Amino acid sequence: MDDLLAARSQMALSLGFHIIFACIGMIMPFFMAISHYIYLKTGKEAYKKLTVAWSKGVAIFFVTGAVSGTMLSFELGLLWPKFMEEAGPIFGMPFSLEGTAFFIEAIALGFFLYGWGKFHPWFHWFTGVVVGVSGLASGILVVAANAWMNAPTGFDIIDGVYTNIDPIAAMFNEAWFSQALHMTLAAFVATGFAVGGIHAWMIRKGKSKDIHIPALRISLTIGAVAAILMPLSGHHAAKDVAHRQPAKLAAMEAHFHTEERAALIIGGIPDEATQTVNYAIKIPGGLSYLIHGDFVTEVKGLEDIPQDEHPPVAITHYGFQIMVGIGMLLMLVGLIWLFGLWKKAPYLHAPWFLALLALLSPLGFIAVEAGWVVTEVGRQPWILYGIMRTADAVTPMPGIVYSFWLYVAVYLSLSLIVGALLAKQVKALDKETEQLSPKTS
Amino acid sequence: MVDIIIAFLYLSLLMYLLFGGADFGAGIIEFFTSDAKKDRTRLLTYQAIGPIWEANHMWLIITIVILFVGFPKVYSTVSIFLHIPVSLLLLGIIARGTAFIFRHYDPDQGKFQPLYNLIFVYSSFLSPLFLGILAGTIISGRIDLEAASFPEAYLFPWLAFFPISVGLFTVAICGYLAAVFLIGEAQTHEDQMLFRKKAIRMNVLTVVAGALVFLAATLEGIPLLAGMLDHPITILALVLASISLPLTWKYLRENFHMRARILVGFQVSMILFALFYSIHPAFMVFKNSVLILKDAAAGPATMNSLGIALLVGSVFILPSLFYLIYSFQKKPFQPLAKK
Repeated sequence: MDDLLAARSQMALSLGFHIIFACIGMIMPFFMAISHYIYLKTGKEAYKKLTVAWSKGVAIFFVTGAVSGTMLSFELGLLWPKFMEEAGPIFGMPFSLEGTAFFIEAIALGFFLYGWGKFHPWFHWFTGVVVGVSGLASGILVVAANAWMNAPTGFDIIDGVYTNIDPIAAMFNEAWFSQALHMTLAAFVATGFAVGGIHAWMIRKGKSKDIHIPALRISLTIGAVAAILMPLSGHHAAKDVAHRQPAKLAAMEAHFHTEERAALIIGGIPDEATQTVNYAIKIPGGLSYLIHGDFVTEVKGLEDIPQDEHPPVAITHYGFQIMVGIGMLLMLVGLIWLFGLWKKAPYLHAPWFLALLALLSPLGFIAVEAGWVVTEVGRQPWILYGIMRTADAVTPMPGIVYSFWLYVAVYLSLSLIVGALLAKQVKALDKETEQLSPKTS
Repeated sequence: MVDIIIAFLYLSLLMYLLFGGADFGAGIIEFFTSDAKKDRTRLLTYQAIGPIWEANHMWLIITIVILFVGFPKVYSTVSIFLHIPVSLLLLGIIARGTAFIFRHYDPDQGKFQPLYNLIFVYSSFLSPLFLGILAGTIISGRIDLEAASFPEAYLFPWLAFFPISVGLFTVAICGYLAAVFLIGEAQTHEDQMLFRKKAIRMNVLTVVAGALVFLAATLEGIPLLAGMLDHPITILALVLASISLPLTWKYLRENFHMRARILVGFQVSMILFALFYSIHPAFMVFKNSVLILKDAAAGPATMNSLGIALLVGSVFILPSLFYLIYSFQKKPFQPLAKK
């Protein structure tokens, strides 16, 4: 593994790890706030227990997200110092605002986690909402910074010097909205289905239903609504990419040849050497339609993009297929769930449906990871699209491969511990509730 | 605006040293506590820092953001030449934060606790050590921007007596801060006496480590003392810090916890000030050149927006942070028959 590949792998690993914790840390506070609200309104103990149980999850995920985020703010420099030296002053605005949002989130979390019985109940509730809102704001701001790497703006390069810097224009770059919307919805879908799946499994196992049923209803309903909105945002984002980063779009779709009536390629194995895709389902004119709204208009293929500006096609294509496939599946299940809620259908609590939900629970996060692979790998070979190559940004320090393995060890052990802790927390919750209330079913 | 941002940079560094430092120090205190009293210390520590420790570490984020947005050359130079100690610092930070939370949220209070405790204590020691090593290297003039070999570029600048002595000094300061902070949080007379004893020991350690820093500077030909004695204002800072020391002991003896805390915070601020002012107007000293913050600042548009973000951010952050600290402040234990 050379230093560039090691640096890229370490960055991918760190971001891939951070994104899961960041998502849960920013979405679960909303679930928690809803349950807390119902408790305050109705005084039902089960909702208080659920709020406390979820808040423990938030605490574990927040701290893991916070420390991995702290690491990332250093890693950007440790791995890509030449990029940061130029980019810092340009795309720093969202980061400076994010610093504030993150700080407020940490303060609010302190109030919330330790504030039971200490403050006015509604002030306490409000601090929980602030955790969610500031977490969401942090997420949007960081994604806006990433969007700038896809759509660099707010500066000129004169004789190799970055001048006329406008940090506000850089923050509100062309890609920020579509990326931020897509990511925010994705966070709701992934967290909603992940949390819902766990509670569905607990219901199926016959555990204290007075907690797990409301938990499932809150989390999965939010996840389902977001899942239904997702394709709209996805379509918007894809059109955006087509217009701005044709190479990325072509790699996503494994679209090698510029052509009219471009086919939409579903699945398949792209072969970059022969510029063909084997074993794929092809819908004639489909790609043209998705991008331009008619079945005829030409779509630029990779053949019209210089070879040394091609992103890795296969990985980007697979990432995109996985993301879209899961997105569609979750939207479908979301519709079934919402329909069931509306009709008060008995299948919602049928063992097969609960088992299905449990099975789906990791999928949202797999889609999130796949989506980030599309964004990041699809931008290669650029770190700053069209302006700076990743290879030119990497640190001159040799031996990054050791650093990479160190991070692998750290993140692997953290994942294992967090997983074990969460399992223990869920178990402990059941023990506690079973002791308190005799089984109702 | 550049001056405002520089002020914010030093302020957030100071806040991180004071609040983050006291937080690291809690782990250092735990390290120096006998096994019999460890559980009690741990519980008290958790109650005292649980609600606020996350916020304490946000000052580091603010510092980093100011550096990479406003002074990218500082950020990139540190990132390249101090890659290894920065990575080790990060390792300490991630291990410490997660161990602290895991040990509290593990419902199974048996098996893994010793491991969490071990990680917590050692990383509480390692993080400030490397923080100090970074600061020591930056002011030492040991970084060689033209270094040709791997060890000359990436190892020797920080792997030396002076930076390590600054690291140890930082560890001692953190322990000192934590001990004085925890006296006021103690709920029994016994705990109070325990932390008072720790505070005095940590104070002695700090003075010894401080002497070590000067010794190391002399041995390695770093004009630290000369730099400090060069400016009347640093002399004043050092004199004030020294004078306030006996006063701190007096307050500690008489149970004026708040006054003692403020004085200790003042001493640490003066030390940090003297350290950085000794190389003024430079911010980083390299082997053959220096870096001056104002010269390394980003353009006016960046600095304006950064400054506004920081000012607006403070309006939100500072009041809520003070309210948080105020809300979870323990009523200090006051012995009944005193004086």
